[in-house]
Amino acid sequence: MTQRTMIEAIQNAHDVAMERDDKVVVFGEDVGFFGGVFRCTAGLQAKYGKNRCFDTPINELGIVGTAVGMAAYGIKPIVEIQFADYVYPAYDQIVSEAARIRHRSGGDFTCPLVIRMPAGGGIFGGQTHSQSPEALFTHVAGLKTVVPSNPQDAKGLLLAAIEDPDPVVILEPKRLYNGPFDGHHEKPIVPWKKHPLGEVDDGYYITEIGKAATAREGSDVTILAYGTMVYVAIAAAEEAGIDAEVIDLRSLVPLDTDAIKASVEKTGRCVIVHEATRTSGFGAELMSVVQELCFYFLEAPIIRVTGWDTPYPHAQEWDYFPGPARVIENLHKVMGA
Amino acid sequence: MGSTSKPLYLHVPEPGCRPGDKPDFSDFEMPRAGETRRPESDTSPEDMRDLAFSIVRVLNAEGKAVGPWAGTLSIEKLQLGLRHMMTLRAFDERMMMAQRQGKTSFYLQCLGEEAVACAFRQAMQPGDMHFPTYRQAGLLIAGGYPLESMMNQIYSNANDPIKGRQLPTMYSSKEFGFFTISGNLGTQFVQAVGWSMASAISGDTKIAAAWIGDGSTSESDFHAAMVFASTYQVPVILNVVNNQWAISTFQGMARGNSATFASRGHGFGIPSIRVDGNDYLAVHAVAMWAAERARLGFGPTMIEHVTYRAGGHTSSDDPSSYRAEGEGSAWPLGDPIERLKNHLISLGEWSESRHAQVTAELMDEVKHAQKSAEAVGTMTSGKSSSSRDIFEGVYETMPAHLIAQRQEAGY
Repeated sequence: MTQRTMIEAIQNAHDVAMERDDKVVVFGEDVGFFGGVFRCTAGLQAKYGKNRCFDTPINELGIVGTAVGMAAYGIKPIVEIQFADYVYPAYDQIVSEAARIRHRSGGDFTCPLVIRMPAGGGIFGGQTHSQSPEALFTHVAGLKTVVPSNPQDAKGLLLAAIEDPDPVVILEPKRLYNGPFDGHHEKPIVPWKKHPLGEVDDGYYITEIGKAATAREGSDVTILAYGTMVYVAIAAAEEAGIDAEVIDLRSLVPLDTDAIKASVEKTGRCVIVHEATRTSGFGAELMSVVQELCFYFLEAPIIRVTGWDTPYPHAQEWDYFPGPARVIENLHKVMGA
Repeated sequence: MGSTSKPLYLHVPEPGCRPGDKPDFSDFEMPRAGETRRPESDTSPEDMRDLAFSIVRVLNAEGKAVGPWAGTLSIEKLQLGLRHMMTLRAFDERMMMAQRQGKTSFYLQCLGEEAVACAFRQAMQPGDMHFPTYRQAGLLIAGGYPLESMMNQIYSNANDPIKGRQLPTMYSSKEFGFFTISGNLGTQFVQAVGWSMASAISGDTKIAAAWIGDGSTSESDFHAAMVFASTYQVPVILNVVNNQWAISTFQGMARGNSATFASRGHGFGIPSIRVDGNDYLAVHAVAMWAAERARLGFGPTMIEHVTYRAGGHTSSDDPSSYRAEGEGSAWPLGDPIERLKNHLISLGEWSESRHAQVTAELMDEVKHAQKSAEAVGTMTSGKSSSSRDIFEGVYETMPAHLIAQRQEAGY
């Protein structure tokens, strides 16, 4: 065990994977010499050489498009999209190509690649450095989409994604890179280096894709969350004095419906929290799943707490970000129903 | 100056002729066969910029092979090449007819462009990979892929290698170096660059060929591919098949104000060359030259194959509503099969009677394959691909939600 930030855990996952398998290559904008704007690939070029960790032209379509060709060749690309907000030029290569190559070729060709991107808000990044576009990936057949919430999972999910035979999108909550953030932006965070969840296993291990974790056990209400919202949910439950069970989904596709079902059947209530915009957001999918699987156990309507259906603002960030106050208000609402 | 400024207007390019006009290719600059020089493959890009404005042609009007690009193929290989092109034409004829008969939903033929893929394929080696568009079926035929497998795909029958999941002609064969066709235009161009990067990263000796049509060079994928190929000096051949038409969009719409498609390579420092796409010998010679450059580590080469789409875009298209009648026969570079046939006749290695005999023989071969494929099934009869296959292969291991949906669908 070593105390690591989420950035260090991700860097370490790359290192472990590159050490284990010389087919693993890592590339993206500023990823090589500099080691990434968030430092997630620091030192890899020096250690493994420019053929295995390199900078690319600023062209997300080109980054993912070449990675698709590399995966078809038989090496294992991990690409970094500098911010999730920049992924859209690559969307066709992800949706129409990476996700479908196995199916459309009858298994003749496959596309095992990993696309990492820092996502989410809480850093005063404005509309182009704060988005949470997970629903654009969860909606696509053939993709897996995961969101880690702590250093141990960030490393384990990345190592699992690298071994996965299919394309995996990893949205890394950038607000969690240095420590858990519960939405209380006025208070300092406890850095991962001093936090029990900052303890990361050394060497190789995987966190299975498709398995949720229970971040807080409780009996009154289930909160379904992922990424930064896991900590907001825990803070809200504790401040409201409501014994909420917080499920950290970790993997959105495939979704751990067994874990969701078991929790909601136990509590009979459900609040869904995500940073992304509400309409057609992943919360809509979660609400459907809960309704389909747990309807006869529900004692109150399911509630979503989400980002508003607007572009992500800059100066007004804390009125957009679904912080503890909004979650508490909705926890009371669902408990009072 | 300010007081005399005129209203601005948008320039929308138009082709030289449209239905009702007399076909006119007088603007088409066509060098004489043998005229274009052949630099050594290690020549620096800036010392061969002229190649992007000329056209490499080997076969002259008398059917003789002339100039510095001649001589890359033996008589046997030329005869084989002719048979490949004739097979593809017979295949297209039968499959167009099968589509009209309702045996499949759609077909896409290569009429008039047979030399491009058939000749190029002969310059590549086993293990190399093509990232084709839907009009390079000649790569499969010249590569020896079974006609019956192509037809099984076209019919989406129980033996369709890709299990009924794709439009007819969207073949895939890793074994034969043919990447799965997307149908979304241009996406494969940058993937070919990535495949070649992987070969270089792995210290391999294989190269890839990217393919794209004139119209799709407008797509961002084309430009991304050029940037990456240029930056990493990738061992890839970047083929632009300029068949003059993208459905009803004439090539000037994509080319814009640049002189030629090939000249687009210059801004990237990529050596770029134009070739007579209806000249089997020229395509082969240029492909060999580009492949040698890639294999020797001189990086990417862009080839503009100048040809003409003699047929409709697909079985769903009627070009008479947007192209001038007789444009195909007025096309200055002629027909690739006729030209290679005449060349072999001029060498005393072919004859009209032998041509007729081989035409019949190849048609029999195609019909035989068709009979076997139809014995399995067509889209409307016999054994079709299973609907269970909708759910298979989305992921390597079927996740729980797909198992549940498959059961819901009754499979």
